[in-house]
Amino acid sequence: MTLTRTAPRTRSARPRRLSGRATSYAVLTIGLVLWLVPFVWMVLGSVKTQGEILRRPPTWWPQAPTAANYAQWFGPLDFWHFFGNSLIVALVTVLGNLVFCSMVGYALAKMDFPGKRVLFGAVMITLMVPGVVTFVPLFVMVSKLGLVNSYPALILPFVTAPLGVFLMRQFMTGIPDALLEAARLDGAGEWRIFRGVVMPLCGPPLATLGILTFLGSWNNFLWPLVAAQTEDMYTLPVALSLYSTGQNATDYGLLLAGSVLVIAPILLLFVFLQRWFIRGVATTGLK
Amino acid sequence: MTATLLPAAGTRTGSGGGDGRRGPGTFAAARRRRALIAWGFALPFVLVFAVFMVVPIVGSFAMSFTDFTARDIASPFAVDAVGLQQYLTLFRDPRFLTSLGVTGVFVVVGIPVTMIVALALALALNSGKGRLVSFFRVGFYAPVVTSIVAVAVVWRYILQPDGLLNTALAAFGIHGPNWLNDPAFALPSLILMAVWRNVGTLMVIFLAGLQAVPEDVTEAAIMDGASPWRRLVSVTLPLLRPTLLLGAVLISVGYLQFFEEAFVMTKGGPLDSTLSVAYYTYQQFGFGEYGLASAASYVLFLVIALVSLLQFRLLRSKD
Repeated sequence: MTLTRTAPRTRSARPRRLSGRATSYAVLTIGLVLWLVPFVWMVLGSVKTQGEILRRPPTWWPQAPTAANYAQWFGPLDFWHFFGNSLIVALVTVLGNLVFCSMVGYALAKMDFPGKRVLFGAVMITLMVPGVVTFVPLFVMVSKLGLVNSYPALILPFVTAPLGVFLMRQFMTGIPDALLEAARLDGAGEWRIFRGVVMPLCGPPLATLGILTFLGSWNNFLWPLVAAQTEDMYTLPVALSLYSTGQNATDYGLLLAGSVLVIAPILLLFVFLQRWFIRGVATTGLK
Repeated sequence: MTATLLPAAGTRTGSGGGDGRRGPGTFAAARRRRALIAWGFALPFVLVFAVFMVVPIVGSFAMSFTDFTARDIASPFAVDAVGLQQYLTLFRDPRFLTSLGVTGVFVVVGIPVTMIVALALALALNSGKGRLVSFFRVGFYAPVVTSIVAVAVVWRYILQPDGLLNTALAAFGIHGPNWLNDPAFALPSLILMAVWRNVGTLMVIFLAGLQAVPEDVTEAAIMDGASPWRRLVSVTLPLLRPTLLLGAVLISVGYLQFFEEAFVMTKGGPLDSTLSVAYYTYQQFGFGEYGLASAASYVLFLVIALVSLLQFRLLRSKD
């Protein structure tokens, strides 16, 4: 009875589900094309001549593709210098976060000490402080320390972050105490346990933290815009934002080429490491 | 095992301190040593955290109760305490009230739109599998990883009066507005852009939530002959509720701090139509009104803290 009732239904339901899936993929494809138009338009615009950029109505496909906009970035505008600054700042920031957040995360997860609750509470509270609250006192502080327009000014405020501490502490709490006790009985000190036992187990959260920090540092621009005051300290987004408000504000070919150059490295990284990017977002709920 | 028990015993007996007996004394010493080691691990973080986070946060809180201006930087302790005066000034400033309204619209319109688009994408992607899904996921997520400065360039270019968007609209016989320079359309344009930049994050969170919906529940609903819409409303969405709430709270904390889009696209204009609370704060800092700016930033902080508290309660109730 049941068999005869369900059999025809599944047979008729299957084609409907398949066609439903085909429709949803068609809708998704159209959506994705629209979604990515800004990127396509950016790349197309970056190889157009100034004359073609100004033409109305706009041309879709470049009529006379030119590399002049890129040549200007790689020539007189010193792209590699800005790129180098961005890379140095991002790499040192990532390294600092991986090491320092893990260290304090280990203390918070696996040690008992006076002041622990206060420290963790402070970390949790600062997780919700909007950046605009600390922005200017931070600038006053950095100028009083004489750090304005230096790598330390670009790196130090971000070299550890409450989010990273939270992430590492949460993961390390899950590491069984028995592992650490075994190492302790073997006479290992805390630093050796941290380096030899705990850190090798922390691959996943370290990957997440590293990627999130790199992304944040690479795209950060408001603080570098204030802290970097001469061209030799500019990071890529700062250089781009200053060119896009200065005398080149309407030179869209040049600006679009710059945008492509800012976005391309992170987009490539994202495509190759997308599994880790997305896992990071899904576990922390933050970008 | 013993090692974990002994220090705990030491905390009770060792408080007497310096009685010459060996046991409690060494326990107290061991405890002190462990505390020192723990703070040693925390030290690099604590230093940076204290100097670059705690001091600025406390400093700006203190500033909000003084008449601190840019001229007082040289002698920060010579300012006068004015109590709640800055907060009163704030709520009498029509521009601050405008900024509250702008942020409110941004949040109230932006969040549902972002959530609905993200949910639709997640539902569509959840039924498929394999490479195709990860291809779509990468595509829709791409705007999340891109620099706002770079993205702003191309969006300004697209939204020009005779730019790509209006050319496309003209093909359908629609005369598009001057998006970024018309007070009626500037904020909607920025909301559109924010949705584009944030949908990916929520989509990924919702997808993770959907994967956790047990398959036999949906299978059972199919067996019972429930229509797809009915399955969505009566089965999937109720099961997804914790994830949806989490997503709503996360995105609202971000949207309450609405600043970057306005900074790179419109500078708060035209006619303050995109002046958010965070942008107002930034402007007051620029004018040198540090006390007033700090007060404004703490009003924003209070709202965000309330929303975040809600978030932590939700996260806890999920466990």
